[in-house]
Amino acid sequence: MSVEILRAGPLATVQDLGRSAWRDRGISRCGALDELALSWGNLLVGNAMDAAGLEFTLGPASVRFDAECCIAVTGTDTDAMLDGQPLRPWWRQRVQPGQTLKLAAPRERMRSYVAISGSLALARELGSCSTDLKAGFGGLDGRALRDGDRLPLATPAALPARAVGLRPPEWDTALRVLPGPEHEDFGSAAREAFWRADWKVTPQSNRMGYRLAGPALRRERGGELASHGVLPGVIQVPPSGQPIVLLADAQTTGGYPKIGVVVRADLWKLAQLRLGATLRFVPCTLEEAHAALRSQRQRLDQLRSAL
Amino acid sequence: MSELSVHPLGEAALCCTLPAPVSLPQQQRIWQLAAGLAGVDGVQELIPGMNNLTLVFDPLRTEAAKLEHALRTLWARPPRSRALGRLVEIPVRYGGADGPDLDDVATHCGMTADEVVRRHGAAEYCVYFIGFQPGFAYLGGLDPSLHTPRRAEPRVAVPAGSVGIGGAQTGIYPLATPGGWQLVGRTSLALFDPRAEPPTLLAPGDRVRFVASTT
Repeated sequence: MSVEILRAGPLATVQDLGRSAWRDRGISRCGALDELALSWGNLLVGNAMDAAGLEFTLGPASVRFDAECCIAVTGTDTDAMLDGQPLRPWWRQRVQPGQTLKLAAPRERMRSYVAISGSLALARELGSCSTDLKAGFGGLDGRALRDGDRLPLATPAALPARAVGLRPPEWDTALRVLPGPEHEDFGSAAREAFWRADWKVTPQSNRMGYRLAGPALRRERGGELASHGVLPGVIQVPPSGQPIVLLADAQTTGGYPKIGVVVRADLWKLAQLRLGATLRFVPCTLEEAHAALRSQRQRLDQLRSAL
Repeated sequence: MSELSVHPLGEAALCCTLPAPVSLPQQQRIWQLAAGLAGVDGVQELIPGMNNLTLVFDPLRTEAAKLEHALRTLWARPPRSRALGRLVEIPVRYGGADGPDLDDVATHCGMTADEVVRRHGAAEYCVYFIGFQPGFAYLGGLDPSLHTPRRAEPRVAVPAGSVGIGGAQTGIYPLATPGGWQLVGRTSLALFDPRAEPPTLLAPGDRVRFVASTT
């Protein structure tokens, strides 16, 4: 049983929810950038939330299945077709051997996920099937997928019967942010600009981080920082004054001042922003961050028990 | 006793910093803090940095205030004198194609290339923390007479296993990467292997010695 990548598009990788125990050894988390989309897709097809699936960037892309399985396309606002028939994203769908799934380029969003019942049968490395492109391991030979690649599928326990779909989560480009440890080191004009500006995602962005363009943020006090641990969501400000928001493939340590941190519940929104798109940072309280994360987890729990 | 400063890094991490300057005894206390917090409920990861520790936790399972209290309680205890970790010998082929900047380093430091090799191999280094790349060790202990600024033009690709000097630091690149350090040699040892247990050759606290070798 396998799935063949007919057309990988600009960047397609195998991802699950990433590695979470090796950052003290310099090993990045990696994993799906839109964790919510992959988790929902997996639950829809009867997998564990953290099963490995396919992450596509923009598109178009297409894959062929050589066995009967159940799939869910999530994350995207794209038009998906199964052998020429429209397939509803955020729904699970039975697939027959030989059928081809085509993903058109998304309208506004950046990444699509394909979850497959039984999941991809790849070896876990350091606890995860996620592709670490920088270090070259995990996923399929530690690299991005190419046209013609074939990925083995595991046999699912049972194929889910009835059709089930979900209302996709509301996406917007206002990201809730908690002030970072060096927030106060920036002058009041810089802080105001940080919260007011429309930040543009520049082409120098990748799975490690989004480099943003906007007003230059000048840090007024504090010396050079010693290298310290960083996480996805951390907003660093290098000497250029143009912030970098870290994503899943980010290095484990950094040395730039951190003006803010995107809350966990909004990291998926960040992942769906395209190069050239603009975003805003919205101040948020710790209580709001907790409440947002709690309600996201509750929805996943409800979905798991409902299916 | 010096003050410990603790800052939230988002809702799911705390950044705990010791006052400058960096010293080995302080860094040992960082490792002790990490070890002491490893089993605490809700704690997911402990990432030592240079003179600091980042603690990642599940905010729906525990509270930042509770963890900060645990940190401060551990910090208030008298430091244990702790032996350093195991000694790891790194065989290095110095100079030539493996260390294309050895002669530049020698010129900068006003000594012969052989003397650079001798001094680089004479010191015992200590792994302060791992970061930047899987298994990339930040080493303390470079002889000040070998401090050399980074290259004006960083290389587009530094081969895996390269041993370099960058400012007051020396280290080994586990993976091929762009880099600006002065390359003095190269080792055949794998610094990172995702299939090995543990996956990195070096861990915080390990002692390192470079040994000139022909293989």
